Amino acid sequence: MASTTVPPAPAKKVNRIGLEIADYRGSKTTLCAGCGHNAISERIIEAFYTMGVPPHRVAKLSGIGCSSKSPAYFMGSAFGFNAVHGRMPSIATGAVLANRDLVAIGVSGDGDTASIGIGQFVHLMRRNLPMIYIIEDNGVYGLTKGQFSATADIGSKLKTGVINDLPPIDTCALAIQLGATYVGRSFSGDKRQLQALLQGAVAHRGTVMLDVISPCVTFNDHEGSTKSYSFVKDHEEPLSDVSFVPYFQDIEVDYEEGTTKEIELFDGSKVLLHKLPADYDPNDKVDALRVLTEAHDKGEVVTGLFYVNTEAEDFLEALNLVDEPLATLPESRVRPPKQVLDELMDSYR
Amino acid sequence: MLFPCSVEECFTMAVEAFDLAEEFQTPVFVMMDLDLGMNNWMSDAFQYPEKPIARGKVLSAEDLDRLGGFGRYADVDGDGVGYRTLPGTKHRLAGYFTRGSGHNSQAKYSERPEDYVQNMERLSRKFETARERVPAPEIREGKKGEIGILAYGTSHWAIVESLDQLKQEHGLEADYLRVRGFPFSKSVLDFVRGHKRVYVVDQNRDAQMHSLLRLEVDDDCVGKLRRVRHFGGLPIDARSVTDSIVSQEGEK
Repeated sequence: MASTTVPPAPAKKVNRIGLEIADYRGSKTTLCAGCGHNAISERIIEAFYTMGVPPHRVAKLSGIGCSSKSPAYFMGSAFGFNAVHGRMPSIATGAVLANRDLVAIGVSGDGDTASIGIGQFVHLMRRNLPMIYIIEDNGVYGLTKGQFSATADIGSKLKTGVINDLPPIDTCALAIQLGATYVGRSFSGDKRQLQALLQGAVAHRGTVMLDVISPCVTFNDHEGSTKSYSFVKDHEEPLSDVSFVPYFQDIEVDYEEGTTKEIELFDGSKVLLHKLPADYDPNDKVDALRVLTEAHDKGEVVTGLFYVNTEAEDFLEALNLVDEPLATLPESRVRPPKQVLDELMDSYR
Repeated sequence: MLFPCSVEECFTMAVEAFDLAEEFQTPVFVMMDLDLGMNNWMSDAFQYPEKPIARGKVLSAEDLDRLGGFGRYADVDGDGVGYRTLPGTKHRLAGYFTRGSGHNSQAKYSERPEDYVQNMERLSRKFETARERVPAPEIREGKKGEIGILAYGTSHWAIVESLDQLKQEHGLEADYLRVRGFPFSKSVLDFVRGHKRVYVVDQNRDAQMHSLLRLEVDDDCVGKLRRVRHFGGLPIDARSVTDSIVSQEGEK
């Protein structure tokens, strides 16, 4: 009998910590086919895989809505928390304070953020808590059959013909004004840009706020909607091309002098902004707010990384937390001794 | 829910509340009333808590190695409380997804009615376990066992005075139970069983404690419960309690 040679199985592709992409996947999505949210989940999986973040260090959090279902569809072995509607920021704040080693990623929607959770959102932004906050923004409440949300543009039309007559809340402008330190807008259909923004988000330390336009194929993808695939494709105006160079890879990027702005992030990785307007400073809030306002007035969807501040104090520094996670400190270090209580009591006598 | 009656008890119950929250993996409310929250009170010095902090059923990475995994909502001990890991535990099996509705004992998404029923029944067992873990009531026995007074929070101080008024002015000797926690322990329900009439003192319009008790006591005990309400915006006083009880005793 002739012997056959079985070729060795090809080595499985792994990331820098030896995990496969499958280790970053979650359960099967139950969202509609073609939903932008699924594309965003894919980009999150790729970004965390590429950056080599161990899933057991990740806290993935959400509120309520179609968007907020999506953490179940990535990083199945991470710690997940599906919070009450609009209240994810509180849970995230508690989780990060209790264990500062966690990499927190929150996924919210335009309803969960800009209406139900706007009170929590604004306070999260002003604290600069180290976490990634993503809004999967489709301008409608998908889970309740497509009513306008607070990010819908004036004049946008529902399937039923209803026209939105209230101005939108620009969550990026709000985040920049309040104190978030890595703020951008992207489009679920722009794979390359979103991927770069997300990798930069992992490398940044502070509050990352990314508003990702993510068309709702069921309720807001028709003629007259300003959050449809075709509208965003036709009206997207990238502020710059965004690319990302991780600190652990030796990549030479060729670019023409003076046309690219390089920003070094917390972990040593770099975000490169190519073809950025010469007078635009991504560390200047006023530039960012001007560009957002002008784009809005022109009916354009400006995307990209608008604002980065790598110097601002984050919430953990502001609280002067110890280096070890609070959750793992022994009792001897979290309960002050008897003398402290006795002295306090004596001070009231 | 814990019901402190003094500033000192606010302190001790706050410590207990954190322990209970971890043991039962649930929010715990320390229900201070407005009198306690807004007014100046005198207090003995707070005693240093000597008991170690209770973290409840927490699994470490070593536990997971030994067990080969865990079911977040599995009722292994039969007390309704599952084992958990702390976020950040360095083990590939440590993570789980916390969500509101529809999960099985392994914390996986489920729409199976059997899983839902199992969860509801486990929560009921947890509630039963909690009855004897929340602070026990304080009971002050009189002599006759005919009339009982049941109160909570800062109403306590008015009741202590009212017990004397009832005895000295009207010859009524009442037993008194101060509720300190919810869910009610067996001794609270026994107290109602053991008396002919129980006056439930509430500082709110809707007699909320009275309503809670109606849901929990034996069917043949519901008629024993009587309401003493005080909600004029000022702290309750002994005379109001005494007058209300004496008046209702006249009606029997």
